[in-house]
Amino acid sequence: MAAKGTVVIDKERCKGCGVCIVACPKSVLALAKNVNGKGYNYSEAVVDECIGCASCAMVCPDGVITVYKVK
Amino acid sequence: MFNQDIVKPENLVYKKTDVLTNNVMHYCPGCGHGTTHRIIAEVIEEMGIQDKAICVAPVGCSVLAYNYFSVDSLGAAHGRAPALATAIQRLNPDHHTFTYQGDGDLAAIGTAETIHACNRGENIVIIFINNGIYGMTGGQMAPTTLIGMQTATSPYGRTVELNGYPLQITELLSQLPGTYFVTRQSVHTAAAVRKTKKAIRQAFENQKGKKGTSFVEVVSNCNSGWKMTAPKANEWMVENMFAKYPIGDIKVDGELVQK
Repeated sequence: MAAKGTVVIDKERCKGCGVCIVACPKSVLALAKNVNGKGYNYSEAVVDECIGCASCAMVCPDGVITVYKVK
Repeated sequence: MFNQDIVKPENLVYKKTDVLTNNVMHYCPGCGHGTTHRIIAEVIEEMGIQDKAICVAPVGCSVLAYNYFSVDSLGAAHGRAPALATAIQRLNPDHHTFTYQGDGDLAAIGTAETIHACNRGENIVIIFINNGIYGMTGGQMAPTTLIGMQTATSPYGRTVELNGYPLQITELLSQLPGTYFVTRQSVHTAAAVRKTKKAIRQAFENQKGKKGTSFVEVVSNCNSGWKMTAPKANEWMVENMFAKYPIGDIKVDGELVQK
């Protein structure tokens, strides 16, 4: 079954703090191996299981996560 | 793992509010300041008071708060944000003045202003970020630092003999008749963020009804000052900070609900 939700992360604004990774109930997110322009390992979705709960976006201190969900 | 099919405007669940500017925040990665900024901005957007909200920025980590809120802002002298907010709110009684202060600003140098503004029952919202340390200046001991906690100025841990007890200023303020709503929240999990948002919404609603001072403490992390990663700092906060600073409403509608 395809994922019901998806997250769009603004890589350049992400500071790689990892708070969203802990908050995700489906362990969808992880820190990327690559770094952004500021040298942070940004957060990215690695598993296609997002349920669109927006927990990650709620705890993101920098507001870089936009969440979509099929209604 | 990116589903382009789902990314459509009608499927949007959550997006950063436009009341926050697009400036990259200067806060350390994982700092609770950013989260608190965002939920204040969301409350302002939901209530439709962007043109009436006035932010009073403190001295401390959040000194540059006016760079991030797309509302009118003023910077107060260290600790004097409630005094400045008093003037602004008295001159603009139908506006929404809120101060955003850290524990060094509100509970140390600004104790007098805070207590007197609350005691007068000024119709302002005070958002108080308590992370038990002076973050901006490099992690020195604050009045709210826990017993035994190591900081730059208490390298062997805070002791009662030398430094006294941590100041629970929120409980102190709840005893004053001027405060109408006093609560303590946190922003470490999604559920906690939603509760804090509700509390901040309540504070602004009280202000609309001219009920008196609303005081929202947000127990937050300072991963740089505590020398931990952000998720670890949040765990440490739950284990240690919440014992001294328990989460929950303290005064609702002018009535004490705790103690």
